[in-house]
Amino acid sequence: MSEKTEKTEPRLSVFKTYKLYVGGKFPRSESGRVYEVTDSKGKWLANAPQSSRKDARDAVVAARKAFGGWSGATAYNRGQILYRVAEMLEGRREQFVREVADAEGLSKPKAAAVVDATIDRWVWYAGWTDKIAQVTGGANPVAGPFFNLSSPEPTGVVAVLAPQESSFLGLVSVLAPVIATGNTAVVIASEQSPLPALSLAEVLATSDVPGGVVNVLSGRTAEIAPSLAAHQDVNAIDLAGADEALAKELETAAADNLKRVLRPQPVDYFGTPGIERMTAFLETKTVWHPTGSLGASGSSY
Amino acid sequence: MASVFEYAPAPESRSVVDIAPSYGLFIDGEFAEAADGKVFKTVSPSTEEVLSEVAQAGEADVDRAVKAARKAFEKWSALPGSERAKYLFRIARIIQERSRELAVLETLDNGKPIKETRDADLPLVAAHFFYYAGWADKLDHAGFGTNPRPLGVAGQVIPWNFPLLMLAWKIAPALATGNTVVLKPAETTPLSALFFADICRQAGLPKGVVNILPGYGDAGAALVAHPDVNKVAFTGSTAVGKEIARTVAGTRKKLTLELGGKGANIVFDDAPIDQAVEGIVTGIFFNQGQVCCAGSRLLVQESIQDELLDSLKRRLSTLRLGDPLDKNTDIGAINSAEQLARITALAEQGEAEGAERWSPACELPNSGYWFAPTLFTNVTQAHTIARDEIFGPVLSVLTFRTPDEAVAKANNTQYGLSAGIWTEKGSRILAVANKLRAGVVWSNTFNKFDPTSPFGGYKESGFGREGGRHGLEAYLDV
Repeated sequence: MSEKTEKTEPRLSVFKTYKLYVGGKFPRSESGRVYEVTDSKGKWLANAPQSSRKDARDAVVAARKAFGGWSGATAYNRGQILYRVAEMLEGRREQFVREVADAEGLSKPKAAAVVDATIDRWVWYAGWTDKIAQVTGGANPVAGPFFNLSSPEPTGVVAVLAPQESSFLGLVSVLAPVIATGNTAVVIASEQSPLPALSLAEVLATSDVPGGVVNVLSGRTAEIAPSLAAHQDVNAIDLAGADEALAKELETAAADNLKRVLRPQPVDYFGTPGIERMTAFLETKTVWHPTGSLGASGSSY
Repeated sequence: MASVFEYAPAPESRSVVDIAPSYGLFIDGEFAEAADGKVFKTVSPSTEEVLSEVAQAGEADVDRAVKAARKAFEKWSALPGSERAKYLFRIARIIQERSRELAVLETLDNGKPIKETRDADLPLVAAHFFYYAGWADKLDHAGFGTNPRPLGVAGQVIPWNFPLLMLAWKIAPALATGNTVVLKPAETTPLSALFFADICRQAGLPKGVVNILPGYGDAGAALVAHPDVNKVAFTGSTAVGKEIARTVAGTRKKLTLELGGKGANIVFDDAPIDQAVEGIVTGIFFNQGQVCCAGSRLLVQESIQDELLDSLKRRLSTLRLGDPLDKNTDIGAINSAEQLARITALAEQGEAEGAERWSPACELPNSGYWFAPTLFTNVTQAHTIARDEIFGPVLSVLTFRTPDEAVAKANNTQYGLSAGIWTEKGSRILAVANKLRAGVVWSNTFNKFDPTSPFGGYKESGFGREGGRHGLEAYLDV
């Protein structure tokens, strides 16, 4: 019957329309543009949205809106949510192995190692959310009758230029520390290999990460980044994905509202990270209060 | 009131300080003239008397100083931390020994009351050197990894409001971490830094480890831009801070900035009024209001506005303005004619925009730069005096009804350096402190400083922290 004749034809696969991730939704670029994404051998993989400056501004608005809730969530809660991302990634492991292999021209085993390291990185940062304050804050022994405490606080909305070469492990290595500490992020995915980042957005959307905490843009880094670097409502920028010339241009623009700038530097994303990527986007707040006495030594109890 | 509380004049003796008629730049352990022979005069703001003639650093001098610091860096950074610590302890001790001399000198050159130089500036200066001295041999325990390395030559530019204290904030952590220093003091207050150079000599500090270049903005700009400077630290205006950030962009220089502020001092209806009034006075009239973290915006809950303002005005009427060397003086001179003009213009703008101006009856001396303590009511958030940093003894009073409104108004500024909260309710202190976007929050107190405590701003008040363990990071390769 007809069933038999159909079997001779291979099944036509369903292509995926990759979209941006802004404010918890998946819009197309307002500019209506897309660009071709190919694998390492030049084979067409998909069309990715080519974000405009307007998309970047929309993403900043979404990130600002999400900042209060995310930074105000308990550290324990943020840790739970970051760990949930790792759980969801584990479930989609095969998809990401395929996407990373295509994107970066890696063999399946190598891509699998990258994906495993990436999932483990989420877990690592999930564990940091409720420890970073203890490691970087504390009581200061002031010479006077005062109680004073320094605590780290997120700096606000952070623009993240994801590394160009490491489309997934590199991306997560720069994104997770930003949101673990309570910042919200506008990420520009790797220009050549944006697909793992756009798929990660789907994971984030289903991982209890509130909408707007992470916003993912794909497109031309050099086109989108300047408006983020100059944006008056962006508090910090991670230049990991910028080349030397672009980094200088963006750092200069960032001076306009004294954004915190993390300059590009050589990183081995497979190595254990330090805490610098977290502290780069933290402010230290010191709160003073009189104690009414010079210390506990006078107590008779 | 004056008739009841008459104070006999009690001027501090000037004889404890011996100001030379001229000073050179301090480069590689020696005082030297500027390469182009330029000099400038530094005057006493309270009398306009010329105190001394000081060599004015130019680009060639900056280059020479950076070279000296680079050369010294090799040996200084290789010293065991315990040895560097001893140098810093020596410096701290000599500062204590000479603190009366330095306090008088600072008062003469800056115009601030001797009460403040003697009881606030100098003790804190010594304390900073003591605090960071102790870190020099404990850096591997500071939380920046097991082998924290110095950066190299630190170029430091400091302001005139706390000349010696800002020097201490910059130099103490830089030396403790093994860096060498080229420091440019402000053109209106170079003297205490030059006396500090002498203290370095007394302490036997190796040549070139500390270099002092009195000069103007052009020398500061040359220092910041010098290709062989590895770290830039600046305290001053936000406008200059942005310029420096642009200069440093695209280089590997590490940068920390302590910039302007427009601190909100929030008084809730259950606040202890008398203490709050003292805190408001300290917040804005300490150092003639020339403080980046000054509480220059008073946010008072509407229901207690009248009561608080009555108390505040009564208290302001008891402030004594005059000779900064008099131990009874509360309000000294404004640092320079230029600064006085800026404050005057902003206050006039406040009036022009419709705010109500009030000052206590106050006689200003005939010579020198003076500005009476001033209070503005009927101020809204849109007023220039509520938005721009005035950097003078001018307080803007705004009101609020709910804690949320107080927080919203307090945070409605480009700055984020300091804030104050006055309330008896503990949970309200913590809740409000949490929501304020400011690097330092004083609850039921104001303008307290300590070397163990990190200080620095959010937003356009700059980045990085000075003081405490956090202050080490700016000078380490981490």
